[in-house]
Amino acid sequence: MTLGAGLLAAEAENPLIPHAYELIVGGFAFLVVFVVVGKILTPRIQKTLEERTEAIEGGIKKAAEAQAEAQRTLEDYRAKLNEARHEAARMREEAREQAAQIKAELREEAQAEARRLIEAAHAQIEADRRQAFTQLRAELGRLSTELASRIVGESLEDETRQSRVVDRFLDELESAGEAAVR
Amino acid sequence: MSALTVLAADGEFEAPGPSIFNFPPLWDGGPAWASKPVLFALVGALIVCVLAWGAFARPKLVPRGMQNIGELGYLFVRDQVARPFLGKDAERWMPLMVSLFFLILLWNLFGVVPFVQIPIASHIAFPAVFAITIYVIKIYLGIKHQGFIGYFKNMMFPPGLPKPIYLLLAPIEFLSNLIIAPFTHAVRLFANMFAGHMLLAFFSMVGFWFLIERPTIAGAAVGVLGVVMTIVMTGFEIFIEYLQAFLFTMLAAMYIGGSLHPEH
Repeated sequence: MTLGAGLLAAEAENPLIPHAYELIVGGFAFLVVFVVVGKILTPRIQKTLEERTEAIEGGIKKAAEAQAEAQRTLEDYRAKLNEARHEAARMREEAREQAAQIKAELREEAQAEARRLIEAAHAQIEADRRQAFTQLRAELGRLSTELASRIVGESLEDETRQSRVVDRFLDELESAGEAAVR
Repeated sequence: MSALTVLAADGEFEAPGPSIFNFPPLWDGGPAWASKPVLFALVGALIVCVLAWGAFARPKLVPRGMQNIGELGYLFVRDQVARPFLGKDAERWMPLMVSLFFLILLWNLFGVVPFVQIPIASHIAFPAVFAITIYVIKIYLGIKHQGFIGYFKNMMFPPGLPKPIYLLLAPIEFLSNLIIAPFTHAVRLFANMFAGHMLLAFFSMVGFWFLIERPTIAGAAVGVLGVVMTIVMTGFEIFIEYLQAFLFTMLAAMYIGGSLHPEH
């Protein structure tokens, strides 16, 4: 019963009055925890967390940069593609124009050539005609003179003879003319 | 329990009283300071140090094992306690806040650890140590950052109120900040642990008494209710123990933050 009596006596203790030894032990325990956990360990985890934040932020920044780079490349590529397309279209257009021009030029040239050939042919024909005419004229003169002299030379002996001469001449003339025409 | 049985030896159920917080020396004839709360206060401090060492001694960028758990607690203190009340000074005060929170939490949880079963803070001396420490820091920082006169002026005469109000407000503010605040700071934690432990003791005593000590058919139902309530209250106590550790640390951060940056 001594234990019970002791407890009954202790019951009178006010729980709001601290024991001095508990204050000391509490202070000591708090100090130890503060030094070990607060002063030694907390800075380590703070540093690690900071490094982690930096690592994550660095990673995010790097990713953003890569994305921006990719975007830039894509834009570049698109611009170049567009340019190439325009260039190709322009070249096609140019080629078409050139082809049309060349065609027109060729046609013009051909027509000119044809005209020239026709003209040349006409000129040649005219010249030939003229030459023939000139030659014919000279021949005709000479032949007339010859005929006249013959007529005069044979004199007017007889009518028959005369007519014979004329006939002969005309025959000669005819055959000569045929030969000339040939 | 032996003490309780002794008290109830006359055959009548007696609810446990404040005497359950009085512990004899650990061995016969030992000094008064060699008691169970003192022993477990030291064991608790040791456990906190060991666990924290396991978690934070060589912290990795990618946490593993203990570090994960430690970081959970650390980030809780940082994001819920330090940052809201200390702002940009949070990192500087984290050592104190972490130490406070972890030590109080572990000491509180001793209340539901089998065989230990004593929330250390149910002895007023332990919360008092914390509260006094915070109180001293609070006043020191207040005077350092706001000046001696400025500190009291900011505390007792917050600007922007009609003049006659100060007649009423100044004494109230003085009293609440310098005398009541540290007292309630310590007593809030103490009383919660004290009352919670008493409730647990009461319900387990009911179960013990009506089912084992004096089992009767009529009393069995009461005994079962006592056991069930003990289990329920143990769960509730775990929550309260955690909540009070959080609250105590939060108030500490609030007091320190208030001294660093007076309200405008």
